[in-house]
Amino acid sequence: MKISNWVLAAFLALGLAACSKNTIPDPDTTSDGSMVGGNDASTGGYGSDGMGAGESFGDEMATDDEMAMVIYFDFDESELRPEYTDLLARHATHLANNPRVNARLEGHADERGSREYNIGLGERRSQTVRRMLLIQGASANQISTVSFGEERPAAFGSDEESYTLNRRVEIKYTQ
Amino acid sequence: MRKSFMPFAPRLIAILILSLSGLAARAELVIEITKGVGQRTPVAIVPFGWEGSDAGAPLDVARVIAADLERSGRFDAIDEKDMLQKPTTGVEVDFDDWAILGVEAVVVGKLTQTGDNAYSLQFQLFDVFKRQQLVGYRMPASRGTMRIAAHRAADMIYEKLTGIPGVFGTQVAYVTSKGQDRDKTYTLVVSDADGENENTIMESRDPIMSPAWSPDSRRLAYVSFEGNQSSIFVQTLRTGNRVKVSSLPGINGSPAFSPDGRKLVLTLGGVDGNLDIHILDLSTRELTRLTTNRSIDTEGSWSPDGRQIYFTSDRSGGPQIYRIGINGGDPERITFEGSYNARPRLSPDGSKLALVHLDRGNYRIGVLDMARKELLIVSTGNQDESPSFAPNSDSLIYATRQGRNGVLETVSADGLVRSRLASGQSDVREPVWSPFPRY
Repeated sequence: MKISNWVLAAFLALGLAACSKNTIPDPDTTSDGSMVGGNDASTGGYGSDGMGAGESFGDEMATDDEMAMVIYFDFDESELRPEYTDLLARHATHLANNPRVNARLEGHADERGSREYNIGLGERRSQTVRRMLLIQGASANQISTVSFGEERPAAFGSDEESYTLNRRVEIKYTQ
Repeated sequence: MRKSFMPFAPRLIAILILSLSGLAARAELVIEITKGVGQRTPVAIVPFGWEGSDAGAPLDVARVIAADLERSGRFDAIDEKDMLQKPTTGVEVDFDDWAILGVEAVVVGKLTQTGDNAYSLQFQLFDVFKRQQLVGYRMPASRGTMRIAAHRAADMIYEKLTGIPGVFGTQVAYVTSKGQDRDKTYTLVVSDADGENENTIMESRDPIMSPAWSPDSRRLAYVSFEGNQSSIFVQTLRTGNRVKVSSLPGINGSPAFSPDGRKLVLTLGGVDGNLDIHILDLSTRELTRLTTNRSIDTEGSWSPDGRQIYFTSDRSGGPQIYRIGINGGDPERITFEGSYNARPRLSPDGSKLALVHLDRGNYRIGVLDMARKELLIVSTGNQDESPSFAPNSDSLIYATRQGRNGVLETVSADGLVRSRLASGQSDVREPVWSPFPRY
């Protein structure tokens, strides 16, 4: 398992050295990578019979440098830019060669417009990536999608530069 | 003087801002706005009397009532120092003293302690020109319910003076996020409509979205991304107990309670990511799919009679509003003006539809008159979203931006009166106005 990750990282590092915007993938293989639920949220009651408000606690969340790979999209677009074709082929090959590896595709939108509709736009982008991976050999049961819409931006300005960085799909490996 | 009431709000500060510039594009309305501002009715809310063994009254009831009435934009509460007399019961009111000040209505009242933590709040509202009482009311209260009692008094006064039920005793749910960049904490909050009395309903390191009230105001549905999976929860406010009602693969989003509180409309995306409108029966867990189009169909909300679902769909290219019967059939397109209309919410009386409208590059709140099919833009920002009607159908709350932070604004449905609920430190969004309280 460890070896396959190193091989993948080296492979992608060679293949993508020229692609400056994308961080080198370091697949997230920690066993709790997709299982933070159940202990990172708390609820509180209120009212005359209520309990006190709870307090937040949680596991470490993935940080930028653990990001597997990011694929960016044009404004109002869910079509893949040609420059990402090779990259997705490599991801698909990795998945095909490692049937026990799973990938979560996290779709995102920029902040403009209605929040739930933006969830739909983020999902549309995830599905574009999913279809490319499936066509090139990954198995459907290896891939899940989630859309965060505008809720988890990568850049925090309200300008074109930030919007460009936020219209994206992040690939997260889990095992 | 109205600003002097506001510093008492601990975190949310209400600032009344009358909007003139934002609607300037519709020139014919500017005159009406000016007129509307000049027509604020002068009223006097006399400081309440106090009879009790505590050192002082537990709450300045008159101040709460005056702040409520002023925030409506329809009234000016005169300054205490201008009052020629400060009666606390009706028999002491000298109408000449109030007529001379140009005051049209006077509220007097007093708080009486009746036990260790028991009080009686009484008030009377008088028409100065007719020299007659419009309403007199007495209600019990504890220290914990005193503020609610004051809002309830303001609601009764407002309804007597305007003919419109007041919404000062209602609540608002909203989502906040605090912290830097990726290290954020998301909180679901319920506060009184004036921003006071904030209660944390749920807190998470993962995003929280789309809160929705049950019709009895006792539960909230919302979307949580705990575990990197969207799920819909229904949480009982009093106990904090919650039930996960939908957590299927793919998107679980956009919940809204049916008018009878027994069903949710929601959006499911499935493995293939085709977002469609579904209805979930909360007791049988039976799921009914309403739309099947390959487009994004989301943001469902109920008509007041519970027979139709209004939703956003981009089946025509860009997002527009459609409606479909709860038994299915062909959706009917509702919006045609502009390239972007989303997040439909009908007023409780069914006469108006609030939505997010792309207005010459700016995302703003529009109110569509359902009978005349006329769209009125009622907000002035460039990232305005999440409109929600007050239960009296007379005003809306929505989210807008102030610098990098989200803040909440309320606006009358005619766009003439606006107020802001500004948060000092956190990013606030997705406000939803509660139904009328049941006392």
